[in-house]
Amino acid sequence: MLSHLRPAFLMLIIMTVLTGLIYPLAMTGIGQVAFSNSANGSVIVNNNAVIGSRLIGEAWTSDKYFWGRPSAAGKGYDAASSSGSNLGPTSKALIDRINGDIQKLRQPSDPTLLPADSVTASGSGLDPHISPQYANLQIARVAKARGVAEEKIKAVVLANTQNSTLGLFGEPRVNVLLLNLALDGLNSQTNG
Amino acid sequence: MTFVGWSQIIALLTVVTFSAWALGSFMAAVFTGKRTFLTPAIAPMERGINRLVGVSLKEQNWQTYALATLAFNAMGFVVLYGLMRLQNFLPLNPQGFSAVTEALSFNTAMSFVTNTNWQSYAGESTMSHLVQMAGFTVHNFLSAATGIALAVAFTRAFARSSSTTIGNFWDDLVKSTLYILLPLSIVVAIVFMILGVPQTLQGYVDATTLEGVKQTISIGPMASQEAIKQLGTNGGGFLNANSAHPFENPSAWSNYLSIFAMLVVSGAMPFMFGQMVGDNRQGRALFITMGLFIVVGTAIVYWAETSGNPIIQALGIDPLQGNMEGKELRFGQAMTSLFVVATTGLSCGAVNAMHSSLTPLGGLVPLFMIQLGEVLPGGVGSGLYGILVIAVLTVFIAGLMVGRTPDYLGKKIEAKEMKLAMLALLILPLVMLGFSAVSAMLPAALSSLANAGPHGLTEILYAYSSAAGNNGSAFAGLNANTGWFNTTLGISMFLGRFAYIVPMLAIAGSLASKTKIPASSGSFPTHGPMFVALLVGVILILGGLQYFPSLALSPIVEHFLMLAGKTF
Repeated sequence: MLSHLRPAFLMLIIMTVLTGLIYPLAMTGIGQVAFSNSANGSVIVNNNAVIGSRLIGEAWTSDKYFWGRPSAAGKGYDAASSSGSNLGPTSKALIDRINGDIQKLRQPSDPTLLPADSVTASGSGLDPHISPQYANLQIARVAKARGVAEEKIKAVVLANTQNSTLGLFGEPRVNVLLLNLALDGLNSQTNG
Repeated sequence: MTFVGWSQIIALLTVVTFSAWALGSFMAAVFTGKRTFLTPAIAPMERGINRLVGVSLKEQNWQTYALATLAFNAMGFVVLYGLMRLQNFLPLNPQGFSAVTEALSFNTAMSFVTNTNWQSYAGESTMSHLVQMAGFTVHNFLSAATGIALAVAFTRAFARSSSTTIGNFWDDLVKSTLYILLPLSIVVAIVFMILGVPQTLQGYVDATTLEGVKQTISIGPMASQEAIKQLGTNGGGFLNANSAHPFENPSAWSNYLSIFAMLVVSGAMPFMFGQMVGDNRQGRALFITMGLFIVVGTAIVYWAETSGNPIIQALGIDPLQGNMEGKELRFGQAMTSLFVVATTGLSCGAVNAMHSSLTPLGGLVPLFMIQLGEVLPGGVGSGLYGILVIAVLTVFIAGLMVGRTPDYLGKKIEAKEMKLAMLALLILPLVMLGFSAVSAMLPAALSSLANAGPHGLTEILYAYSSAAGNNGSAFAGLNANTGWFNTTLGISMFLGRFAYIVPMLAIAGSLASKTKIPASSGSFPTHGPMFVALLVGVILILGGLQYFPSLALSPIVEHFLMLAGKTF
């Protein structure tokens, strides 16, 4: 065993240099030069300020904006503390949380079925997407808060809905941040 | 379940099968010293490394091979432990994280050295970039390369006749890294970057949302680690949410790539085995066995998850999307289900959905896949030697049933091999069930549970199964970052890896020394459907007998309680 320790140590050092420094640094170099946007987190800059990342969901509370899914990351959409709720299917805490979220989305007498993504927390707590069904459910609220016709909001939602490629790959989804950004653009157009 | 969902599953598994076959041939060429298209570029580098280290490339007997493996892994453990304990004094720590505690460093170092990559910590709030790169990324390569080396050594035991040696550990280790893992990682890392995975030395981005709320976004050198994390069936993510995080897995396409990358090397191992023992049909039979479990497991999870949770549906939630708690919208139920089954059939342990929030039957499958011994197709390398140990047991049982002398690939299976195989196989249930039983009675351990009722027992059982099976995924409601869990899970990982490979290498040594006997009309063919059926049966019976009682008390009873609408 002892006679193996010397090669073990040297091999570890050399492999650390190769796979732990040269490899990630070379990849960083390639990323920064060739794919600098995605290598730096796909951030979105609006009026010279970073407003978030295309890939990372954000907490939305205003009626003017579309809301994302419930989040268990930190206090909600904490992008330095990703996490799911990890609550199991028979957890009372889960059922109570869902009941609470249902109250926010619909009147008790309203028989509409809510889409599952509107009341469930994602695995990362940072899911940037919602389903088209959940987006449609929010159109009336957003239109009212913005004082804009529902048709106009609907058109923006449709323009921001990504369908699956070739009808096969990927799920139909709406990126909430891009949708809300487009909505703000809509308002400045009508006002200006 | 939808047609579109199944089309995605079948398309991806088809691509994996053909790629694994091609990669298996390539690996067989590398490990038998043949020239490949990479030889001109890599051979000089290989010679340089061997000269710098100054190792002897002489063939080793099984004892020397085992000692070299253990010495190398022990060294890796010590250095990684040191890196974490001292990270506050070392560079590349942009967030200024303090030193990692003793118990967590022990657990994490053991976790990465054994290819488990269990994570008791949240990466983005605990570990510096230096630890992630020079510690974790390195061991993602080296633990996987160690697995490949061991599998190649075990394969040689069947390929050779009357041999005292089974190869050279250092040679196999360097070849695995340079010819297989590193080139694949470079390609996959670049594709990951194209698909949106960050790769930077910065620590975070500060953003102000349209509503004026501050958001701090963790970034870092993720693509390079993500690539080897999947290819090496490591599974230790850069971020807490692992492959569910939009940075580690930004889209449906990166999800396909993640599943492909984690399956391809382990899938290639049986094909390599077939080529090296000179009978491709032998490798194919093992591959088909592994594939059957993946397909059936995926079907069960996919069905359970799309059926959803009746307690939630009763509140007025549309059942259309199925169970969405803990799942990301962009992957869809089909590709989430395949990921769940692949990551646990493999000993990968990356997760793209939170396993704790799966439906009871959806969560039963990954737990059972781990308990079946991580051979379906198992970790890189470890899956092949694992299933070969079970195959040895299978031919022995078949021999008993028909009264023939059991032999596998012309090697007589005798009492010595059987004793060693049982020693290897019994360590897993001992660790998984033993520690679970103790934890279920310890108040200190029970206070770590996030879920009450049978789900809590599943959390404990899953943790020790995952650790001993060197998987690394979790029912993460369990807070494992405590002295008790960090220590006992660390011990479980150690036993699951090293208490398995020593008897396994002893079998290899014993088989290598035997003379190959030519197949006769009396030998049991080990390439046909009959052998596949027997092997499936042995895997299921072994797993069922050992684990069914504990599973009945956890996910199975939870399933019926969920149907009855009971909550805890």
